Amino acid sequence: MSSIPILRIRGHLLVPVQPDLSDEVVNRLQNDVLEAIAGERDRSGGLLLDISGLQIVDTYVARVLADTASMAALMGRRTVLCGMRPEIAATLVQMGYLLEGVCTALDVDDGLDLLGLPR
Amino acid sequence: MTPGAHASSTERLQIEAEADVVVVRRRARELAIAQGFDAFAVAAITTAASELSRNVWCHGGGGHALLETVSDAGRVGLRLRFIDEGPGIADLELALRGGCSTGRSLGLGLSGSRRLVDAFHIETSPGEGTTIEVLKWARFPH
Ligand SMILES: Nc1ncnc2c1ncn2[C@@H]1O[C@H](COP(=O)(O)OP(=O)(O)OP(=O)(O)O)[C@@H](O)[C@H]1O
Ligand SMILES: [Mg+2]
Repeated sequence: MSSIPILRIRGHLLVPVQPDLSDEVVNRLQNDVLEAIAGERDRSGGLLLDISGLQIVDTYVARVLADTASMAALMGRRTVLCGMRPEIAATLVQMGYLLEGVCTALDVDDGLDLLGLPR
Repeated sequence: MTPGAHASSTERLQIEAEADVVVVRRRARELAIAQGFDAFAVAAITTAASELSRNVWCHGGGGHALLETVSDAGRVGLRLRFIDEGPGIADLELALRGGCSTGRSLGLGLSGSRRLVDAFHIETSPGEGTTIEVLKWARFPH
């Protein structure tokens, strides 16, 4: 499997998430994202996790993604989870998993607005 | 077995590794889409399949899943069974209440899956294993 793409957009890091993440891939995504954050010379931008392509979640995947956002935030990166599909949001809430404390946006555009220009 | 639901063919998938959890949920998703489930129902049954096969793998010591499409009086659905011969669930009431895990996890898998499906049956006995059957109907016939 190829590595997780981490893109740069307007001074921010953008990570597009695949349709179905195995445990191994979602764990590697977490590692790669946190390492990319630590290794970035430009510290001013935020992190956008684009989950608009994510078709399948369970509480494991959701938790690793939410944890990744919290960890990035702890490292000082403003972080937004962007583009959760309606059926994914409905499923997680029905299960009782509310992703509290995670900043979310309707799509990457809105996420970029939330983050604003790099400081 | 769920009364009144007629099964067509049954598929059997092994659950012996984490990768098998992905195989089961992808197949459940394909079958749900083929049955004409709406996006919310597809996500619901796919997620339940993932949670329950994960439990087979990590709590039940491995086992298998049976996936079948069912029909009853013009409506169609999907019936999934998750079978293992692991330790069984000692305190079923506690496990189904949610928010409780024997691992270090959220403990939402069982209780959450139950809320995502139309019918949920569980049979478990200590030392003999666990069988969980879930059924979901396509909501909007077409
Ligand atoms: N197939 C099984 N065999 C034995 N015990 C099980 C099985 N499925 C569930 N359990 C028990 O029921 C408890 C609750 O299951 P549930 O899926 O809700 O939570 P979890 O697997 O611990 O955590 P999560 O699914 O949120 O990651 C588990 O901690 C486990 O003790
Ligand atoms: Mg579980």
